[in-house]
Amino acid sequence: MSDRRVVITGVGPVAPLGVGVAEFWSALLEGRNAVRRISAFDPGRFDSHVGSQVEGVAAKDFVPKGYRKAEKIMARDIVLAVVAAHHAVSDAGLRTKCLIERGDATGEPNLDSTRFGANIGSGLICADLAELAEALHNSSENGRFSIARWGTEGMNNLTPLWLLKFLPNMLACHVTIVHDCQGPSNTITCGEASSHLAIGEAFRTIARGVADVCICGGAESKINPMALLRQSLGRRLSRRNDDPATACRPFGLERDGTAISEGGGLVILEDLEHARRRGARIYAELVGFGAANDAAPPTQPSTPPADGRGAALALRKALRDAKLDPQALDLVSAFAPGIPAHDASEAAALKAVLGARLAEVPILAIKGGIGNNGAGSGALDFIAMVLSLYNATLPPTVNGRFVDPSLGLRATVGRSVDARVETAASLAYALGGGQNAALLIRRYRD
Amino acid sequence: MNRRVVITGMGWVTPLGQEIDAVWKRLLAGESGVRPTELFDARTFPTRFSAQVTDFDLRSFLGERYPQHASASRNSGFALAAAEMAWRDAGLTGAADDDAAERVGVYLGGGEGPIDFDNFAACAVAGWDPAERRLDALRWAEQAYERLNAVCELEQDPNSAAGHLAYRFNARGPNLNTLTACAASTQAIGEATQIIRRGDADIMISGGAHSMIHPLGVTGFNRLTALSTRNDTCLTASRPFDSTRDGFVLGEGAGILILEEYESARRRGARMLAEIVGFGSTADAFRVTDIHESGRGAIAAMRAALESAAVAPAEIHYVSAHGTGTEENDKLETLAIRTVFGENARNVPVSSVKSMLGHLIAAAGAVELITCVLAIRDGMLPPTINYSNPDPNCDLDYIPNRSRAARVDTALSNSFGFGGQNDTLVVRRV
Repeated sequence: MSDRRVVITGVGPVAPLGVGVAEFWSALLEGRNAVRRISAFDPGRFDSHVGSQVEGVAAKDFVPKGYRKAEKIMARDIVLAVVAAHHAVSDAGLRTKCLIERGDATGEPNLDSTRFGANIGSGLICADLAELAEALHNSSENGRFSIARWGTEGMNNLTPLWLLKFLPNMLACHVTIVHDCQGPSNTITCGEASSHLAIGEAFRTIARGVADVCICGGAESKINPMALLRQSLGRRLSRRNDDPATACRPFGLERDGTAISEGGGLVILEDLEHARRRGARIYAELVGFGAANDAAPPTQPSTPPADGRGAALALRKALRDAKLDPQALDLVSAFAPGIPAHDASEAAALKAVLGARLAEVPILAIKGGIGNNGAGSGALDFIAMVLSLYNATLPPTVNGRFVDPSLGLRATVGRSVDARVETAASLAYALGGGQNAALLIRRYRD
Repeated sequence: MNRRVVITGMGWVTPLGQEIDAVWKRLLAGESGVRPTELFDARTFPTRFSAQVTDFDLRSFLGERYPQHASASRNSGFALAAAEMAWRDAGLTGAADDDAAERVGVYLGGGEGPIDFDNFAACAVAGWDPAERRLDALRWAEQAYERLNAVCELEQDPNSAAGHLAYRFNARGPNLNTLTACAASTQAIGEATQIIRRGDADIMISGGAHSMIHPLGVTGFNRLTALSTRNDTCLTASRPFDSTRDGFVLGEGAGILILEEYESARRRGARMLAEIVGFGSTADAFRVTDIHESGRGAIAAMRAALESAAVAPAEIHYVSAHGTGTEENDKLETLAIRTVFGENARNVPVSSVKSMLGHLIAAAGAVELITCVLAIRDGMLPPTINYSNPDPNCDLDYIPNRSRAARVDTALSNSFGFGGQNDTLVVRRV
């Protein structure tokens, strides 16, 4: 099978550190840290109080005028995706219907909408608790919820389109409407592995020729009481509430869990010939994708296998797919959420695949400054890796000073360093469910 | 290197039963699985009926493996049971050997798990501050830590079922879950086929599982006025393409298929039920709530599937319609079929088994694809029941009320999701 070559021509990060490529990259280079006490609600009675939030974004700023009122039916996750989409298509120089209508781009569209696909990872979108709680409370009698009253009156407090705010494919729905992507469409829902799987599947979609351009990645918000509770019940969160800035410690000594977050990223993948024809800037070529499952006992709270076998297999498959040797890697983006068992499992996987090379390869681990948002985390990791390769610079690791020396990992500490990166791999895995995925990129050459 | 993908095993859990041939017989007899809702107290809801799975006992499917999957949600349980049946149906036993495990993957259209509603509602009531009209996160958290638990909460993640299957069958290959609403399991099967074709796996366990028959699921669809409210005659409430249709009937269940690379199936002497030859996926990119009035997304998905199968519309002997029984879907699906099939549109039999099973949401497409495979196997087409009033906008041959004998070599199955997601599969006799 002669696969078409696929390149990355645009990135749209939406992170607590910064929105859009310029802000995000400079925040990474400066080693900024956005983890603090959660302010969106009072986290005082939860066991973890720390998180990182995206401030000051609204979908209405990035959609055609006639579509602004659609924001009323967008959960936070959807808003983040719509914002990311704007930045990604703008960064790629794509003249989509929306950008032309808004006057952000002039001329005719420079892509065929029916060959423009989408694959956007998402999570279990939490219903807006306040909206639902008021309606449920109004259906109570003497402090107890009455389902009879809910059926007759309570449910009518919800807006008719209520359900549509929370369907996971509504990220892709709104993004495809706004940017007129009529090609192959998909929504991967595999927890933290979602973005990588979505990017990998979009890669295949272009390679086999059914789309020329895909917008892909993921977004999620865990900044709400329900998501915080779920992560807490999963024993995934740091309790370093008195020192939020050092709460999330990728591969760190005394790491005790991650911090909840929100954000995501969408990237533009493009058939190489299509990108060349329109003279697009090429960040890197996507050359390998691998996916695997741990096939570990499905307990809750879940623990990953100590040998990181699924992550190792995903990485090996991505290397095989790219016909590359582990020796060829000169940067590895780790998922490293700062959770004791998961980070240890991942370190074991990296050691198993890279062997002696592990001591020489720098590790990129960005969650120290942002924590974990779920389905959109992988996209931010991937974008950070793409920018590191493209700019030949490695940003410092936030809380890198805590990295456990016994793991034998090389993290960049203190300040950014110059580094020529030819080939880089990014790993991600779901914290429950056992899904793992790896993506491999290479500096673009004709 | 052209790798072909065949179906070697199938299993389902449906409102009409949990065994392939027994359910098929009831579908051909035109039975309805719709009953008053018993899974929760729906007596005051606008819609008080649904198509529920009854007498489901995961233990009877898993045997001594049951304790390892005791955390399974209703969705994951349906998926495990259907997969057990499909795996056995494919002539496979036990689980994948370690040396073959990475060539066996899972691609599901698994729904988000049913919510722990009673506890959720109690926390919400306690957490609401009516004086300030805001959620008091402190009060809510106190209740939530008391009432909610890790198993119920985390098993709601849509990728849970795929994780259970990976462990059960030692499937260490590609593992994905898609949740493109009502198109999810058709999408999963189409994408899983591509994974085998490309050479990334030899066997994919694929399909979907979903139950939204819980208070918030029904609330959501009732608020959208998407559900039938024919409470007094619920047995005949699901009436796709009939002019008196008033919405769909919510169902639940799972459909799982074993997809296998042709040579792999041949080598082990597996029975090949059908070949998956075409897949198309598109987005309407139009509106959140409405389908484009030309049916453009559905047309493009059907055309993409036919094109990738190198099959002409005239070669399709049966269409399994998405056919939900909503005013808009049935009208625009009919228009789309008419556009794609042209002059031949009135000659191709089209039916919707949702008239009998209800709408299994994420699991619907997989269950419907299984009916296409059975139609090919047995030369019988399942009917659209409850059809008595023709609608001028729906003018195709819907196989009204009675099943029909017909040779089927190639069938097409449609699934469309909220938000403009369209997926189509084409299957053919091997």
